[in-house]
Amino acid sequence: MTTDGRVLMKGNVAIAEAAIRAGCNAYFGYPITPQAEILEWMARRMPEEGRVFVQAESEIAAISMALGAAATGARVLVSSSSPGISLMAEAMSYLAGDELPLVLVNVMRGGPGLGSIGPSQADYFQATKGHGHGDYRIPVLAPGSIPEATELVPLAFEIAERYRTPVFVLADGIMGQAMEAITPAYRMPPRTEAPWAVTGARDRAPRVVKSLHLLPEDLERHNLHLAAKAAEISRREVRWEADGTEGAELVVVAYGTAARVARSAVEQVRADGLRVGLFRPITLWPFPSAELRQATANAAGVLVVEMSLGQMVEDVRLALEGRLPVAFHGRTGGMVPSPAEVAGEIRSLARATRVAADAAWGADPTGLIELQDEADVVTDEQGADPDPLSLVEEGAWWLHEHAGVAR
Amino acid sequence: MSATELRTIFERPALLADRSTHYCPGCGHGVVQRLIAEVLGELELGPRTIAVAPVGCAVFAYQDLMVDFVEAPHGRAPAVATGIRRVRPEAFVLTYQGDGDLAAIGTAEIIHAAARGERITAIFVNNGVYGMTGGQMAPTTLLGQRTTSTPAGRERIGTGSPLRMTELLAQIPGVAFAARGSVVDAAAIGRTRGYIERACRAQLNGAGFSIVEVIANCPVGWGLTPVDSLAWLRDRVLPEFPVGLLADRTGPPG
Repeated sequence: MTTDGRVLMKGNVAIAEAAIRAGCNAYFGYPITPQAEILEWMARRMPEEGRVFVQAESEIAAISMALGAAATGARVLVSSSSPGISLMAEAMSYLAGDELPLVLVNVMRGGPGLGSIGPSQADYFQATKGHGHGDYRIPVLAPGSIPEATELVPLAFEIAERYRTPVFVLADGIMGQAMEAITPAYRMPPRTEAPWAVTGARDRAPRVVKSLHLLPEDLERHNLHLAAKAAEISRREVRWEADGTEGAELVVVAYGTAARVARSAVEQVRADGLRVGLFRPITLWPFPSAELRQATANAAGVLVVEMSLGQMVEDVRLALEGRLPVAFHGRTGGMVPSPAEVAGEIRSLARATRVAADAAWGADPTGLIELQDEADVVTDEQGADPDPLSLVEEGAWWLHEHAGVAR
Repeated sequence: MSATELRTIFERPALLADRSTHYCPGCGHGVVQRLIAEVLGELELGPRTIAVAPVGCAVFAYQDLMVDFVEAPHGRAPAVATGIRRVRPEAFVLTYQGDGDLAAIGTAEIIHAAARGERITAIFVNNGVYGMTGGQMAPTTLLGQRTTSTPAGRERIGTGSPLRMTELLAQIPGVAFAARGSVVDAAAIGRTRGYIERACRAQLNGAGFSIVEVIANCPVGWGLTPVDSLAWLRDRVLPEFPVGLLADRTGPPG
């Protein structure tokens, strides 16, 4: 502990301890890098607290155990990393159909397949659009730092129980493995009644926790009920952070570790006098679409930075509805963009948008379509887009987006 | 006692729902569920029981048994039951699984629940086919048996020979009780009821994992009348899956 009360903690440990302090009754897991420390911490701490820890035979079994425990009304945490999360997809769908509260942490690593153990944000689609089969949505919280992770874990339990839904906490290998001196924001959300929980049918009719609705009419009714809950979550639980977006000519959009990198880059370019804002979604679903539209109201362009080949960028484009050109910069496979790399992207984009905004028809904007070689910045000499309108044309933007990753 | 006074000698167990089952005519599931209802009632376990019904014909157990139920993904009942058991030590936890569920897709979950000595009781209904999906080959289908997915009959190499899961489980030290019964006739049903009771008592005593496999008939899946299906069960299935006690580690540790 430091003199100001901060504690040096690894992200995985901070997440695990935050769950314990939030009153987590049971943890089920299976070892996988880069989140094995969550399991190890729980193996030691949960018995100390008189709570449940089980190392399962697979991720499939771990989350199925969690489903059973959650069905009794217990507060349950499960964690894994990308390939393990794929195995948990089955039960995630059941949990959503069953309306069971549960928190699942994904400390993302590079994919597809066995991939790499490097940090990644390549499971954005999986977390926000998919995981299991069927017609449902679940909240996804993305901490931007280790202290924030300790804040979002109790919040995840709270949201899970308030809406009777599984909740994803989406972190990445850096957040899991890095150590920071933090003041943890531990919090124990109050317990709520669980009049649906299976506890043994004593002095009441038997209860069934299930997702089977054989009649399509019944399932449609059930899914509409889930959709109504999702709509309420979309209205009430959107979270984001906007830093210097007011009056910004460019807004960088990033979450998690990519947002930390982007923040450093934004600070660098602001020192050069560029008016650049940073918009960080904290809930990836519900996505802060209206808030992003507001934050970019005066901007000429948006740069999305991700540790993937571009997944959240689709939600950004959906949110902006073609109002603004949206560029993308990403690294993949466990690679992390550097602040200098992102700063270079911001500078070239700022130049390009300015030229595009100012130029007369047929003028020559700076190089939007050139692949980068050694330089982080697309220079004027490297090539020119003959048409300023190509800023919003599919092909030019595709090339521009991929410029940053083709190195 | 007057000559006209009536005495109840047989009735619906209190824990069996007053409704027709979802099952096909002649199906063995109804018999097994009745036995479970009788035993749970007798041991006064109804208010303590949390049962798990996974995918397949077994899922409808929650309509027939008047206890709390959780539906499990296909094969995952022992894992779901583990989660329930660990957070509810006072509960009596039962899984009700078919052979596709327990012996194919859920092999890992049942083996490891047994290895952990998980204090749960598995009732394993083995009728040798996937009934709900139309009678395809199960891991317990007999050699030579024709099913909709083994139209030429099952073979030792290729489609494989029947898995005797309960024998496999019986050798695991965490297993307190393992036995196989059948629904072939009244005597066998009575014996099966005894096994189910002993398996439940093994859990109550904290002795470890317990399982009762029940060889049952699936007339529709086998393409036979209910009566013929019982004859086939006796003549063909029981020689491959002999009934009897397979493990009993419920006694005091030696």
